[in-house]
Amino acid sequence: MLGGSSEIALATARRLIARRTRTVWLAGRPSPALEEAAGQLRGLGADVHTIAFDALDPTSHEAVLGKVFAEGDIDMVLLAFGLLGDQARDEREPEAAVRVAQTNYTGAVSAGLVCARALQSQGHGSLVVMSSVAGERARRANFIYGSSKAGLDAFAQGLGDALHGTGVHVMVVRPGFVRTRMTAGLPESPLATTPEAVATAVELGLRRRSETVWVPGALRVVMSALRHLPRAAFRRLPI
Amino acid sequence: MSADTDSDPHVPGLEHTTVTGWGRTAPSAARLIRPRTYEEAAAAVRDCGARGGIPRGLGRAYGDAAQNAGGAVLDMTGLDRVHAIDADGGIVLCDAGVSLHRLMEVLLPLGWFVPVSPGTRYVTVGGAIGADIHGKNHHVSGSFSRHVLSLELLTADGEIRTVVPGTPLFDATAGGMGLTGVILTATIRLQPVETSMMSVDTERAADLDDLMARLAATDHRYRYSVAWIDLLARGAATGRAVLTRGDHAPLDALPARARGNPLSFRTSRLPAAPAVLPEGLLSRTTVSLFNELWYRKAPRTRSGRLQRISAFFHPLDGVPHWNRVYGRGGFVQYQFAVGHGQEDALRRVVRRISERRCPSFLAILKRFGESDPGWLSFPVPGWTLALDIPAGLPGLGAFLDELDEEVAAAGGRVYLAKDARLRPELLAAMYPRLDDFRALRAELDPRGVFVSDLARRLHL
Ligand SMILES: Cc1cc2nc3c(=O)[nH]c(=O)nc-3n(C[C@H](O)[C@H](O)[C@H](O)COP(=O)(O)OP(=O)(O)OC[C@H]3O[C@@H](n4cnc5c(N)ncnc54)[C@H](O)[C@@H]3O)c2cc1C
Ligand SMILES: NC(=O)c1ccc[n+]([C@@H]2O[C@H](COP(=O)([O-])OP(=O)(O)OC[C@H]3O[C@@H](n4cnc5c(N)ncnc54)[C@H](OP(=O)(O)O)[C@@H]3O)[C@@H](O)[C@H]2O)c1
Repeated sequence: MLGGSSEIALATARRLIARRTRTVWLAGRPSPALEEAAGQLRGLGADVHTIAFDALDPTSHEAVLGKVFAEGDIDMVLLAFGLLGDQARDEREPEAAVRVAQTNYTGAVSAGLVCARALQSQGHGSLVVMSSVAGERARRANFIYGSSKAGLDAFAQGLGDALHGTGVHVMVVRPGFVRTRMTAGLPESPLATTPEAVATAVELGLRRRSETVWVPGALRVVMSALRHLPRAAFRRLPI
Repeated sequence: MSADTDSDPHVPGLEHTTVTGWGRTAPSAARLIRPRTYEEAAAAVRDCGARGGIPRGLGRAYGDAAQNAGGAVLDMTGLDRVHAIDADGGIVLCDAGVSLHRLMEVLLPLGWFVPVSPGTRYVTVGGAIGADIHGKNHHVSGSFSRHVLSLELLTADGEIRTVVPGTPLFDATAGGMGLTGVILTATIRLQPVETSMMSVDTERAADLDDLMARLAATDHRYRYSVAWIDLLARGAATGRAVLTRGDHAPLDALPARARGNPLSFRTSRLPAAPAVLPEGLLSRTTVSLFNELWYRKAPRTRSGRLQRISAFFHPLDGVPHWNRVYGRGGFVQYQFAVGHGQEDALRRVVRRISERRCPSFLAILKRFGESDPGWLSFPVPGWTLALDIPAGLPGLGAFLDELDEEVAAAGGRVYLAKDARLRPELLAAMYPRLDDFRALRAELDPRGVFVSDLARRLHL
């Protein structure tokens, strides 16, 4: 789990442990929250390790993640780290905006490629990428975050095609509004969902080896309509 | 190439092929190498790289025994010569990649039959030894390795060793799931037959206890015996079954017109199951309807019916790719054995499966005879039950874990050739010679050249 303290990642871990996952690595920035999360998962019966991982330090990714893979085969990698940012502030402070982009996009490109190579050489496994509906079409209200997720989404799709036939499966997950600390205090969008629902969708997608998963599933239809809305109309939508 | 590999020839530079077992779960990618000579096999073992290699026959093991993610898989079906037949003494020397189907074609006209045949003819001699397979004659003839006089094994150091029964290397290799090395050839003792027909007795058993009583009382009268259980039947009918038992028909049992050509080997093949079948084809309703019809159709008792070898031993081989019936998610076969005296554990497991209402076609119950010395060989004197379950069944993992606990507590074991899901903790209890197996491997193959997904999963 890259972004080991993410609520979505932990809900997914709990779900998979209930389905007999035995070993979990939580890779994240060292914090009491990360250790506490590890303790909780141990309580569910898994063998849990934590390892220091910073998405903003790509030069370290090879070494950090290499250590994890050296310990044994990994069946699934979840890229869950992400930064929502604060659109208004980020527009004023380009450096803050860059941090969002670097976390969500370049950090994921680097970690994603490192993991993809390791999975490819072990000949099996899934790489699950937390994209977002926000990347489907950039909105006025959060286009900085949205554009970083758009980049991530395109990257992950291409990576999936590159890995086709290698035994490695790449799955792009596009949740809508999920109630986690990332969205705490924000007004809820329609079709708001929970980390547990995302976890369920991930589990099902893994079993089916899906390439794209929307959570909730209805968003697929909604977004395909929004995608084709004329620009002028889209701009005026209260979303 | 065997049925369950799937490569994409359009991607340039792609050297990996996705490989699965017969159950089509847990695919993994490997370099698939098909040696045509012993030298090529030796070179493949030498060059198989950091993630090692594993021999593969016809891929009829249900789980992950003959796959090796990220490493090499040696498809042995390219080495398929029958070298010598002693038509008087009933002995054959052949490559390990020869199928039992081929052996039947060659041997039946000479009046000989394979000593042990599983539920499909499409397994190789190497796979038969690697999994130390059993057939309907286990209570009389034991498992396949009992009939192997000698074999040649290509080991991790590149040597080819002649291995004979009674040695630790033989006992590690018989049932050793390809992890001691690549079997190149085997010398096998055969079963004499007068005809290619079977004389078959059929009877119905009303429930599980009735069934076990019949098997215990009269199995010794038959060379071949098996019972098909309806696991969807509940209540008083739990474990109702049809027993089919028989032997090779002697010449004088054939009608006069058939006596002129008594040893012809005929099989029939239906069209293959389509590659894509709708999900949900196998619902509880359709399966229980099938099981009901099948039970009603069986005669209460009938004796001496003549049946072809293919119909008696390998009814499923008539439909190529029947494994696709379970849809894209694939299926799991669960097979376990418990010893004599553990009938209660068997009853409990059967009751749990019936109550669980798994949409399972007929399950197979068989009474095993004496076991053979292979360290990881599956059969123990007692009872074995095998059933197919669609892999997508909700809660299946946890349910089978519970059955494993029950089986292990009764001193039983699950069959590795069928397994795709056992947890490693239970293995040592199920296979008491596991430590010997690991120690021999550590010495014979210190770099761990031979490895499979199964071996990684269970720390073999
Ligand atoms: C319809 C059906 C019915 C079956 N019925 C029975 C039954 O009644 N009784 C029973 O015992 N089994 C049964 N099986 C299982 C089957 O007999 C075994 O899995 C057998 O091992 C398959 O042989 P294979 O050639 O396909 O080997 P694979 O499935 O390719 O390989 C099986 C194992 O053998 C090893 N192996 C293969 N070739 C070699 C070699 N040359 N040298 C060393 N190791 C090798 C592999 O590494 C692997 O571990 C059944 C399977 C099916 C599909
Ligand atoms: N919540 C939603 O509505 C929603 C919707 C669609 C997609 N998503 C995506 O889903 C993923 C998980 O989000 P969540 O809802 O579970 O939120 P979350 O609990 O806030 O998780 C975000 C995680 O990212 C980690 N992270 C941030 N910057 C990092 C860095 N530089 N290095 C390493 N880790 C870093 C955080 O770790 P720290 O504890 O160290 O900060 C935290 O664990 C994110 O990619 C998010 O964009 C969320």
